[in-house]
Amino acid sequence: MEWLPSSSPVRLLEQPDPDYALPEASRLLAAYRAMVIGRRFDAQATTLTKQGRLAVYPSSRGQEACQVGAALSIGADDWLFPTYRDSVSLVSRGIDPVEVLTLLRGDWHCGYDVPSARTAPQCTPLATQTLHAVGLAHGESRKGNDTVAMALLGDGATSEGDFHEALNFAAVFRAPVVFFVQNNGYAISAPLAKQSAAPSLAHKGIGYGVRSEQVDGNDAAAILSVLDSAVAHARAGNGPFLVEAHTYRMEPHTNADDAARYRSPEEVEHWQQRDPISLLERHLRAGGHLDDATAERIAGEAEEFAARVRTRMQEEPPVDPEDLFRHVYAEPTPQLVEQLAQLRTEQEAL
Amino acid sequence: MAPTSMAQALNAALRDAIAEDERVVVFGEDVGRLGGVFRVTDGLQASFGEDRCFDTPLAESGIAGFAVGMAMAGFRPVVEMQFDAFAFPAFEQVVSHIAKMRNRTRGAVGLPIVIRVPFAGGIGGVEHHCDSSEAYYAHTPGLKVVAPATAADAYSMLREAIDDPDPVVFLETKKLYWSKQDIELPTTTEPIGRATIRRPGRDATLIAYGPTVPLAVAAAEAAEEEGWDVQVVDARSLVPFDDETIAEAVRGTGRCVVLQEAPGFAGVAAEIAARVQERCFHSLAAPVLRVAGFDVPYPPPKLEHVHLPGVDRVLDALARLQWDDQPDAKWLDGVRSQEDAA
Ligand SMILES: Cc1ncc(C[n+]2csc(CCOP(=O)(O)OP(=O)(O)O)c2C)c(N)n1
Repeated sequence: MEWLPSSSPVRLLEQPDPDYALPEASRLLAAYRAMVIGRRFDAQATTLTKQGRLAVYPSSRGQEACQVGAALSIGADDWLFPTYRDSVSLVSRGIDPVEVLTLLRGDWHCGYDVPSARTAPQCTPLATQTLHAVGLAHGESRKGNDTVAMALLGDGATSEGDFHEALNFAAVFRAPVVFFVQNNGYAISAPLAKQSAAPSLAHKGIGYGVRSEQVDGNDAAAILSVLDSAVAHARAGNGPFLVEAHTYRMEPHTNADDAARYRSPEEVEHWQQRDPISLLERHLRAGGHLDDATAERIAGEAEEFAARVRTRMQEEPPVDPEDLFRHVYAEPTPQLVEQLAQLRTEQEAL
Repeated sequence: MAPTSMAQALNAALRDAIAEDERVVVFGEDVGRLGGVFRVTDGLQASFGEDRCFDTPLAESGIAGFAVGMAMAGFRPVVEMQFDAFAFPAFEQVVSHIAKMRNRTRGAVGLPIVIRVPFAGGIGGVEHHCDSSEAYYAHTPGLKVVAPATAADAYSMLREAIDDPDPVVFLETKKLYWSKQDIELPTTTEPIGRATIRRPGRDATLIAYGPTVPLAVAAAEAAEEEGWDVQVVDARSLVPFDDETIAEAVRGTGRCVVLQEAPGFAGVAAEIAARVQERCFHSLAAPVLRVAGFDVPYPPPKLEHVHLPGVDRVLDALARLQWDDQPDAKWLDGVRSQEDAA
């Protein structure tokens, strides 16, 4: 049955797979570099919350293979529809890290230029972005473009109605969308078992007529290979594709969460053994594609990257109160014009 | 000039918009072959093909969310929600995304989406087919909200809504779909954001929109027999709202009643009454009154005539506006007896 995902998650780094080829070493090395930089960025962002520079930060530590894989498997002209958790994916996609953090810093709801980044604002209401991805993918294909839209979501979000409506719409319209579910085991505190009784989240595609696959989310080679084929499938006009990655977030849900209330140290330790960066590093070193010098150079790049983010985040760019009124409608309503005048009077009185 | 129903005018507006702008796409439930349950999209698929007018799966959030993506890809989606209360599954997409995308992206991404919602009652529909949802939408910054009451407005305002760079919730009064007006199409009426005087009058002003416009006109005609010369203003556009025209009208009469079909509490009429009060206090000879539906879930067909404001309720309000003839206590009795009746 071609719709059925493989019975166990695809893995490549530790074993060959008859259906998926190991990506080229240069691609894996690029992924490794992006993962190391991404992890350093993630740690830096977590530190920034402790300093009060960010209101909140949802870490994706442990999910770097997914984060980087998503960014590397789509092209510059494709669209990404990310969530709050996917900052590392945006950084890997080449978006200015300070602009990525604008949302969490509280300057504005989205810091990057959405049309030119071909990346939707990071979405907070769960699963709603999956429908946007489907609509955009359909719209682009109607214009004759071979653009693919990739929607990122978590395991919890697969319970929302919008996810199901999106799968159904995508299948009916044969929209070139890849739904990439990062199953990190928990929706805040709710474990997968409380979320879904399906054999896998990938199986949810079957009923809608969406090709689906499950993959080891900590195996960067498997992620790249499976996502590459999902993107190729969608781009070739074969309709949507659902990929479920089995992974784990090492940190709490956000810096404000207490993960010790719902998971054991043993569980965390188990996943520590399957760290996606270590798995890939071991593979690259064994194949002679990575040596100490290169690893050190990449670590240095990551340090510099974090230092630049740190320095730039110390600046407090002024926020313009009049921005409130600038972006509600293309032309402000008479009511907003009045309120802007009121605001100006209030500001002048300060 | 030909008698044209509101449904025909809306159909013509969609037809002309699709023909003139290749970005316009119409979709929703049953809008294709059937032409919509109210036939507003009648024949569009046959004329323009499935690319321009198509049925979607039966999922309102899906329809709204899909429209977001299509608008991001450069299309101008005009979506149909089959009935007012069935638009509620899409509410999340409408208020969190459709209304906010321009704001979230600092102006970089506008969503020129028209959400057509057949609304209000008086058609003997079973539950969930007659709700008035305008206050929910009007309360959401980023949405424009309009409610045409004539076939000419229906045509002109829908064309304008489709051209609008911002999302427009387009409220179509169900019981007016079949009301006719002698007009030549295409036609252009006042722009969105402008109110219009439907009937001149010196003694009092009735402010109405959508389903209450014909009611206001009927009440004004009935009031003539009492010797009252009553003005009728059609607000037409709830967001943006035409404070100027409306305040000027009320200043001219010094007395004002605002009509709506929706439950009165926290409704659009309350907002209009407050705005009028703020602007016209010195010209007012009496408090601004509201005539609205009761604060009850929309009733079953056999009771809707009790719930819906009718000419008598409007005439009662007009009578209570003869404030200078009445001592305070009498006025309060009026309010109390209305509450008792409810
Ligand atoms: C519609 C909606 N309901 C509730 C929330 C609050 N909330 C934020 S994150 C979250 C858990 C999401 O879990 P999952 O989809 O697995 O993603 P993860 O955070 O693990 O990446 C919840 C319940 C929300 N953002 N949106």
